[in-house]
Amino acid sequence: MNIATAANGHVTAHDDHDHAPKGMMRWLTTTNHKDIGSMYLWFSFFMFLVGGCMALTIRSELFQPGLQIVRPEFFNQLTTLHGLIMVFGAIMPAFVGFANWMIPLQIGASDMAFGRMNNWSFWLLPPAALLLVASMFVPGGAAAAGWTLYPPLTIQQGMGMDMAIFAIHILGISSIMGSINIITTILNLRAPGMTLMKMPLFCWTWLITAYLIIAVMPILAGAVTMTLTDRHFGTHFFSAAGGGDPVLFQHIFWFFGHPEVYIVIIPGFGVVSQVISTFSRKPVFGYASMVYAIAAIGILSFTVWAHHMYTTGMPISAQLYFMYATMLIAVPTGVKIFNWTATMWRGSLSFETPMLFAIGFIFLFTLGGFSGLVLAMAAVDVQMQDTYYVVAHFHYTMVAGALFSAFAGLYYWLPKWTGHMYNEKMGQLHFWLSFVFFNMTFFVQHFLGIAGMPRRIPDYALQFTEFNQISTIGAFGFGLSQLLVVYNVISCMRSGEKAPAKPWEGAEGLEWEVPSPAPHHTWEVQPIIK
Amino acid sequence: MCIKKTGVRAAALWASGAILATVTASAQAGYQLNFQEPATKLAREVYDLHMMMMYICGVIFVGVFGVMFYSVFKHRKSSGRTAATFHENTTVELIWTIIPTIILIVMVWPVTKALIAMRDTSSADITIKATGYQWKWGYDYIKGEGEGIKFMSMLSTPREQVEGRAPKGEHYLLEVDNNVVVPVGKKIRILTTAEDVIHAWYVPAFAVKQDAIPGFIRDTSFRADREGIFRGQCAELCGKDHGFMPIVVEVVSAEKYSAWVAEQKARLSVAAEDPNKVWSLDELKQHGEAVYTKNCAACHQATGKGLPPAFPALDGSKIATGSKEVHLDIVLNGKAGTAMQSFGKQLSDTDIAAVLTYERNSWGNKTGDMVLPAEVKAARK
Repeated sequence: MNIATAANGHVTAHDDHDHAPKGMMRWLTTTNHKDIGSMYLWFSFFMFLVGGCMALTIRSELFQPGLQIVRPEFFNQLTTLHGLIMVFGAIMPAFVGFANWMIPLQIGASDMAFGRMNNWSFWLLPPAALLLVASMFVPGGAAAAGWTLYPPLTIQQGMGMDMAIFAIHILGISSIMGSINIITTILNLRAPGMTLMKMPLFCWTWLITAYLIIAVMPILAGAVTMTLTDRHFGTHFFSAAGGGDPVLFQHIFWFFGHPEVYIVIIPGFGVVSQVISTFSRKPVFGYASMVYAIAAIGILSFTVWAHHMYTTGMPISAQLYFMYATMLIAVPTGVKIFNWTATMWRGSLSFETPMLFAIGFIFLFTLGGFSGLVLAMAAVDVQMQDTYYVVAHFHYTMVAGALFSAFAGLYYWLPKWTGHMYNEKMGQLHFWLSFVFFNMTFFVQHFLGIAGMPRRIPDYALQFTEFNQISTIGAFGFGLSQLLVVYNVISCMRSGEKAPAKPWEGAEGLEWEVPSPAPHHTWEVQPIIK
Repeated sequence: MCIKKTGVRAAALWASGAILATVTASAQAGYQLNFQEPATKLAREVYDLHMMMMYICGVIFVGVFGVMFYSVFKHRKSSGRTAATFHENTTVELIWTIIPTIILIVMVWPVTKALIAMRDTSSADITIKATGYQWKWGYDYIKGEGEGIKFMSMLSTPREQVEGRAPKGEHYLLEVDNNVVVPVGKKIRILTTAEDVIHAWYVPAFAVKQDAIPGFIRDTSFRADREGIFRGQCAELCGKDHGFMPIVVEVVSAEKYSAWVAEQKARLSVAAEDPNKVWSLDELKQHGEAVYTKNCAACHQATGKGLPPAFPALDGSKIATGSKEVHLDIVLNGKAGTAMQSFGKQLSDTDIAAVLTYERNSWGNKTGDMVLPAEVKAARK
């Protein structure tokens, strides 16, 4: 990027007397984008560990055939909550945390556009999470219909289902407010001279993601509200007996759900683009085509939802349409992969932890893309639908995709946030352990699915035993490896080596113009971009 | 951008070596890496399509990551490289937009043909309706040879094996009391529907998976080209025992099929009950216990304690010890919005009478009531 800073807008003298209240009140009442960003990140990391513990319980039960650890009804609650918590409690808030911290710094704004709304959109999260977790302890237990919440199964559930519905409502409101804030900030608060096409790619990815969130979260809210009224108020949206249709829910859900998977992954594209460019010491290849590709992915994501429903028995014309539309998404996604490769080509590469996670992301996300292509083929999908192949596929995109890109961003910006360097050796170890154990956990699940093991079952036939054991061992390895990042972040905050304003040689952008750690207030005078 | 051939070759060698090593290691351990052996022409087509996809994806993968890993190994700062400054090239960007589009069109053509063949369920020889229940399958042969045959099919793996109190059998969780029997080489159309929640009828060897949706009928079909027993499972999360409702299809020769049909017909006529039979309380209870174990124990448990609150206890419950009419109504017609399904369509008058009698006189329930088949018959609307 050809951004030249004409004026460093940071007023150094201001650091020493920020007027933030101290103690708990600082965090409850803060309107500071950095404080709120940190809270988002800590919250999402905590939820990641909660959801991870659920995953490990699931994998423990699946270590061998037979029922050993949990009962089937509790197993279903775990798979449901694991999905909901990881999607809405971990990955989405993590990227909102990144957005809060980095967007104002990257565009030269002093804060987010709506400070109080920012505070509110964070503080809605803990009650929603509490509803989800507490629902495990009410009579009947938590929702056990899978994170996709298909009726009529949802109609049979206890009050845990209602708690999940309200949690989704609250999380949705929070996401929408966060998105309004991000869009307004990006469109209105950019530094003079920073045109949209000069913005860092991370801002671009969030701009597009925020529009997707505003478009689809109300749709999910509508779907779960219809479930709620079917449950308690005698409506029959999803019951054939009253003239409704259970498949209607699936259409509504996936009209939200497919853009949702891009909501989860697109900010990761932004992080990875910047990290690859920094550690290749070369500008991103095809900046404009990157922006167009992300926009294309965002728009196409609204047109492919029923590829999650090939086996519901829709007309063949619909199957063919959704198949062709889905495959079309491979084109812009391919463009992004090629652009990242070309960014690295003839660069001057070094492999610090963020770069490792970014390359790991590209490598594994591409594998997830390939299995997605296989799943897109309706005739082949008939074999794969609702098997472990699907589980493997979306964990390649959600864990190796979204989570790895979040780790790339975490290590990349940690020096800016804390003012200290993290332990590089430990970071690299974290990457390699995560990479190996991730593949151990999920690669074998492709084979399980192809051989015919359905997903969401607490017990399985004997021929699936070996791969399940490998997967379970991998999962524990992966889970334990994450303790490294907890330790690394905490020790970095406490005692890491002092970080310079720009710790990465190849880094470009306004965030590196302010000191590390970024002071409480930055860019009170906006820089001018030539 | 020019791609250096040596880099690609090195990467290809490395990748294929790694894949080969994994495949051999796994094959030796007897782990299954691919689909179950296809038993229909369509399943074979799906198998081949999947292999085609694997090859195409494999080549692209090796190509892209060959280039990337060439960079990773050659373009290092530590080996003194300085970065080039190029950052766009419209020609290259156009090429790598257009070529993938062409590859996709090439891939999609055979898949379209297979899909059209797959969805053609016309001119079937035999039509069978498969109804999903929580958690078993009901089958009605509604057209073709065997018309009129109907039975329920549920998991036959004993509970002891699931709970680890007995060694697991060869077909653990993939065995049922009544197999779906069909003749080889004939086109079988399966109509799917469900009574309570969504299930899915899935037999991997036939490449058949069709959701069974309550209130709607969907269809799929297969023509098995060899005899044998083929096993599948419910593929849509349907509640507590989703993992415990397998599907077993037995493909037999035409003669064997005719013999099976004759046998089933004979069984059905014998089973036609004598409505005038006089039952004693103990006889009814004894029959009722068998019906209970098969149909009710999954939720209400053999102990009658249930798994509250989703599955209430019958031991001491108001319904099982209160008015007979209410008890009969809930068993016959189910309870909307809960997993309690209507057993009216699944069980005979005698079975329902027996199971009611059993429930009213077991565990702590001591009503002394006896429900007679005639009462059930009268209560049916």
